[in-house]
Amino acid sequence: MNDQCITFTSGTMIPLRGDDIDTDRIIPARYLRCVTFDGLGAHAFEDDRNQNASHPFNQDRFQGASILVVGKNFGCGSSREHAPQSLKRWGINAIIGKSFAEIFFSNCLAMGLPCFTVDDKNGERLFDFAEDDPSVEAYMDIVKSVIRVHGEEISANIPSGTQKSLTEGSWNATAVLLEAEVETQKLAASLPYLNNFSA
Amino acid sequence: MVLIEQLRQFHIDYFGDTVNFLLFIRTRLSIRGTLRNSKTYEFQGKMGKTLLDKVWDAHSVRQLPSGQTQLFIGLHLVHEVTSPQAFAMLRELGIPVKFPDRTLATIDHIVPTDSQERPFRDHLAEEMTRSLTDSCREFDITFYDLYSGQQGIVHVIGPEKGLTQPGITIACGDSHTSTHGAFGAIAFGIGTSQIRDVLATQCLAISKPKIRRIVVSGELQKGVYAKDVILRIIHELGVKGGIGYAYEYGGAVIDRMSMEERLTICNMSIEGGARCGYINPDDTTFSFLEGRDDSPQGAAFETAKKYWRETASDLDAAYDDTVEIDGPDIGPMVTWGINPGQSVPVDQKIPDPSDMPEEDQASHQEALDFMSFESGQLIKGQPINVAFIGSCTNGRISDLRIAAEIVKGRKVAKGIRALVVPGSMKVAQQAQREGLDEIFSEAGFEWRRAGCSMCLAMNPDKLKGREVCASSSNRNFKGRQGSPTGRTLLMSPAMVAAAALAGEVVDAREMVSQ
Repeated sequence: MNDQCITFTSGTMIPLRGDDIDTDRIIPARYLRCVTFDGLGAHAFEDDRNQNASHPFNQDRFQGASILVVGKNFGCGSSREHAPQSLKRWGINAIIGKSFAEIFFSNCLAMGLPCFTVDDKNGERLFDFAEDDPSVEAYMDIVKSVIRVHGEEISANIPSGTQKSLTEGSWNATAVLLEAEVETQKLAASLPYLNNFSA
Repeated sequence: MVLIEQLRQFHIDYFGDTVNFLLFIRTRLSIRGTLRNSKTYEFQGKMGKTLLDKVWDAHSVRQLPSGQTQLFIGLHLVHEVTSPQAFAMLRELGIPVKFPDRTLATIDHIVPTDSQERPFRDHLAEEMTRSLTDSCREFDITFYDLYSGQQGIVHVIGPEKGLTQPGITIACGDSHTSTHGAFGAIAFGIGTSQIRDVLATQCLAISKPKIRRIVVSGELQKGVYAKDVILRIIHELGVKGGIGYAYEYGGAVIDRMSMEERLTICNMSIEGGARCGYINPDDTTFSFLEGRDDSPQGAAFETAKKYWRETASDLDAAYDDTVEIDGPDIGPMVTWGINPGQSVPVDQKIPDPSDMPEEDQASHQEALDFMSFESGQLIKGQPINVAFIGSCTNGRISDLRIAAEIVKGRKVAKGIRALVVPGSMKVAQQAQREGLDEIFSEAGFEWRRAGCSMCLAMNPDKLKGREVCASSSNRNFKGRQGSPTGRTLLMSPAMVAAAALAGEVVDAREMVSQ
């Protein structure tokens, strides 16, 4: 165990219904004009929130929630890590969704932000739980890939590589990748295109 | 020859004859479709490899303890928006860029396209530009800035320089990195933390995707372009259909396409959910590459060609899935909704939510509401306010030529703001040599400098209020073009040009024949 190991997270939930919510909606492009991620939290879902007063991120009862519950293909579109960074800075520590867009998912992993997928039925139940009682706590057990809520166990999925990276504390990949420096150089030497295709 | 013999035997086993074997060989589709659909799995063990398999194997440094692959990245492209924080992390760690000569930076997202005088009027854009300039100097990275003559959209300049080559791996902090797959490269978009990883180690921790072959067969109708093909593919397979997959595009339509058309196809793989998409390299690829600045030269080019050819998927490669789309059945596509899968052929009506699968009905209705469209309405005839030709999807010279042909001698409709933004300085220079800039200007288009511009509106080129934009770009997300309530209709450059002239969505095929 190192201090980067993430084996569980717990907190109240904020439900965000709807599929195909793209990263432009999570953080509009005008807020990408920056050289740090600081301050992005205030702008999460800004345009959606301005157009919909009852957007969950506007509702008092969900303030303080740390687990975001979403639908399918969450985080599609742009690769901007500003999207999960803005959610994290808003206060989100983990996301449970019916499915995730791939780049968004890998950005979350690279930040140590766990993402669980659940089937449609359980996704709907989690939406209902959170809407019925925003004070209910969910406990995400990353080692066992289950969610405990209301005394129930809901099974969740997480790819085994992602799970290991989180639980073993290797999600910040730079150090791990640097370990294979010799092998990396060796591989580079074997690639014809890095050696001007000389035989 | 052993392979051919195996295939012949396979064919006999399945069809009991040899007569159609040559035809069978010619249509890779039937081989793949048959393999895919066949119930006999004992052949799996003998199957060949896809390009993805080969490139993945060649770039695999090791298997990580997590089970992911440590994948070597042959070319790292960098731009100003997603990299500053990554460079800051490197500084914090006190480590250099591992392969600066395999790293290339340019500036595209935030550059103004009217006046490029420094300092930029937008001080945040100026700050980002300075930040990238300083980082490139500090870490010894080639930077194609505004004074280089080489600046442009990162996905336009890679191919233009000959840096994008078959069989290599490419990463860039931009989702449209899939574009480079047109050359048979495995290329994907990454976020900032992964940019840090690639800068520091030239590697990524990543899992290998599954592979789906998408075959577009037959011939396209006249006036139907690569953009229509990819919009149709996304419409068929959905915006989430590609999650977990790499897309391999093939079939007669793709085989006949130029490199620029192939770039348009692969560019939008990500809109279908596929992190990367590619096309097997062939003679079209090789002739495009020959003589480019960063292509292998002389004898090395011949060696390279041999290597490149071998990276293509084997005839008997195994796919996780195969899909076929009938080329002649594809019409000029226009999106009516808020994701790139929500499209119709220009002469058809916007579908009703009740015609959709139940799970898509809510987002269908949300899209109609946002766009202020009604189901049953024809997309043709929809008035527009703005026309935008450009982007990494359709900002290359062939796109401008097609649009100019339609525009020549005509005028942009009254009240329409129309922009042409070349994908790179080189594209702009070529267009000017051909007089395309004058054709556009005379018609009432604004001829701009190279950049991403109104594709994502990080620079001053933005929609206002509820404006509707006919756009050759790649995303029609809510607020994408700079106004939170602005509306985007994606279509081919030919269709954008025609819409600009008519002031409304029209069938460009009718304009050409006038």
